[in-house]
Amino acid sequence: MLESLADKIQAALKRLRTKGKLSEADIKAALRQVRLALLEADVNFRVVKNFIGQVQEKAVGQEVLSSLTPAQQVVKIVQEELISLLGGGTSQLERSQDALNIYMIVGLQGAGKTTTAAKLARLLAKEGRRPLLVAADIYRPAAIEQLQILGEKIQTPVFAMGKQNPVAISRAAAEKARREGYDTVLIDTAGRLHIDDDMMTELIEIKAAVQPTETLLVLDALTGQDAVNAAGEFEAKLGLTGCILTKLDGDARGGAALSVRAVTGVPIKLIGVGESIEALQTFHPERLATRILGMGDVLTLIEKAQETIDADKARDLEQRLRRAEFTLDDFKEQLEEVRKLGPVDQLLGHLPGFGKIKKMPGLKIDEQELVKVGAIISSMTKEERLSPGIIDRRRKQRIAKGSGTTVQDINRLLRQFTDMKKMLKQFKRLEKKGQVPPLWGPLPY
Amino acid sequence: MPDLWSRLNSSLSKTRTALIERFQTLLPRDGRMKEETWEELEEILLTADVGPTVTEDLIQTIKAERVSSLDDIRTALAARLEEIMRAELPRVPTHFTPPLVILVVGVNGVGKTTSIAKLARKFRQDGQRVILAACDTFRAAAVEQLSVWANRVGAELIAHQEGSDPAAVAYDAVQAAIARRAGVLILDTAGRLQTKTNLMQELLKIRRVLGKARPDLPQETLLVLDATTGQNALSQTRLFQEAVPLTGIILAKLDGTAKGGIAVAIQKELGVPIKWLGTGEGFDDLESFEAGAFVSALLTEKE
Ligand SMILES: Nc1nc2c(ncn2[C@@H]2O[C@H](COP(=O)(O)OP(=O)(O)O)[C@@H](O)[C@H]2O)c(=O)[nH]1
Ligand SMILES: [Mg+2]
Repeated sequence: MLESLADKIQAALKRLRTKGKLSEADIKAALRQVRLALLEADVNFRVVKNFIGQVQEKAVGQEVLSSLTPAQQVVKIVQEELISLLGGGTSQLERSQDALNIYMIVGLQGAGKTTTAAKLARLLAKEGRRPLLVAADIYRPAAIEQLQILGEKIQTPVFAMGKQNPVAISRAAAEKARREGYDTVLIDTAGRLHIDDDMMTELIEIKAAVQPTETLLVLDALTGQDAVNAAGEFEAKLGLTGCILTKLDGDARGGAALSVRAVTGVPIKLIGVGESIEALQTFHPERLATRILGMGDVLTLIEKAQETIDADKARDLEQRLRRAEFTLDDFKEQLEEVRKLGPVDQLLGHLPGFGKIKKMPGLKIDEQELVKVGAIISSMTKEERLSPGIIDRRRKQRIAKGSGTTVQDINRLLRQFTDMKKMLKQFKRLEKKGQVPPLWGPLPY
Repeated sequence: MPDLWSRLNSSLSKTRTALIERFQTLLPRDGRMKEETWEELEEILLTADVGPTVTEDLIQTIKAERVSSLDDIRTALAARLEEIMRAELPRVPTHFTPPLVILVVGVNGVGKTTSIAKLARKFRQDGQRVILAACDTFRAAAVEQLSVWANRVGAELIAHQEGSDPAAVAYDAVQAAIARRAGVLILDTAGRLQTKTNLMQELLKIRRVLGKARPDLPQETLLVLDATTGQNALSQTRLFQEAVPLTGIILAKLDGTAKGGIAVAIQKELGVPIKWLGTGEGFDDLESFEAGAFVSALLTEKE
């Protein structure tokens, strides 16, 4: 998700890594790059300014710890500041055991509120709760139908009263929930501009009527500098308790997350990482910061793996992913495991270094491509899988026939395999040198 | 709501005063610009989402012109921006064989369906027979949404069931448009993040179906961008452009506080022209793009 930003900061700091001592000028040069990267990542102009100031202040004149190189020291400071800017720790969704939990979901048009409401309902239902979804967007054509269809998909009841007043709808929904023993209510409100006074008043009235446990702002991760204006107004007029960041499964660098947290102080609680109903995750500031610094997000991958496959298999997969000496057999097995976990581009984005692999020409992360890869490897002999070097043109033709693919497909696969081996080797080297701390240590299972 | 032109025109005159007031305190007596002046200028451009690269480039250009007054800065900046933004392309192709086929693409929630309703409304007012094709077969109730709009603007709808093949919808729609001698066919597509290769392939497939029906179709492929989007809009334009050649951009949601400054970077770096501006949720909230007014609004602080 934040690969490009990570790449840039890393490139900027690489110079520092190779030098023995740090001068003020060095720090400045590196931070200029960091500033540029942050701006390109859509972090708000003023937030960037403060951030750079803070890092500069901390970096200059600080004693370099004996265990670290000067460059590592700067990386450490940048990372620490990023984490603190992102809110420090994880913020949980408020849940009360005995009282009715009401979540009011608000935001600009097209941010992803309806989908997020359904995702959240599913997540809470999985925890054993009984959610009721409420269709309070009476304006956008077919918004009510959209929520109803999603509710059906996740087998969660949807409360709708057609195009009646959203305040009345919300109030009636809360009453129904109390009467019928629901423990969770999710109100899907209409998208609106933060400067639309009538529409903001409607939200204030809904809030007063139902006294929600949480008022959650859904924010599009693609948002630019305006994120702080919108979030700031919602916070000032309505009062927010949390933020859900959506559309993080693309190449958005998500600087909006940094801005909103820094400017409004509202914690980011969840992130949306795909169109499927399961694609909602807890937000971890330290992971995001680690990722910004180019160290991947192994923890998220492991967590997801554990949700889908058992822990043993997950650990095994993890190990194989980290092992440089793997064979085409491992490659195939690994791909199959990975495929079970969901959209592949999403998963690989979590892994260190894979941000770069994604950009390698010729390596397209594509589900269909993976099916092909599986077929190709299956059509190889045992020797061929162990030592792909022996695969000549004749063998390629045979494999192509057997797998219903073309020689070009096979060439591409072999090239990818070599690339990946190279990548993993590099990682092992870095790991040995201790340059990929701290996430790269033992993993908590 | 007053239309965009009158609003932009009043902002045009406000621009000069706003900018001058803003810089007044920074102007030294000898007429040379202080460092803070450039920083202020940088802030205006950056907070409008113009992006660090283009901002730096603009400032260097203007510095090189050896400006000595705020008026000069303003004029030079506005002129440079207008130069970038002025596209010579016609908004709607002037020579084509009907039906005019418009394919509309973009990421999730940017305003594709609403913008299609607005375009349809324009052509209907022009007396054209308009067909809308519901090729978003993925999002829940997307078909219903388009169907509501079709009714409101008086367009015909071609739709299949949710979950069906969007290319098949496109096929039926283009056949219907030709058979019924429709003036305009607009195809709505599902929102997709530009990095999802398989979904981008799907767009190519839709395009191919149109091209098979008649080689010159579609005459227009419009990308809808959300004006609140930051630098990612560049990636969106680049990758959509790679998948299906774009003929223009609709910049939606300009009625908020976002300036849509990323359009400058897009024009400058990718050369895809902005053709329409979305300024609200109603079907009349669509304005044609005009470089001068856009630049004025960009440089004016919204209250
Ligand atoms: N304020 C404002 N909202 C818009 C504009 N265009 C679309 N919207 C809203 O943005 C949301 C998403 O629009 P929709 O057309 O469904 O987006 P799609 O997913 O790209 O088809 C809806 O709530 C629209 O009413 C605009 O120009 N201004
Ligand atoms: Mg749509």
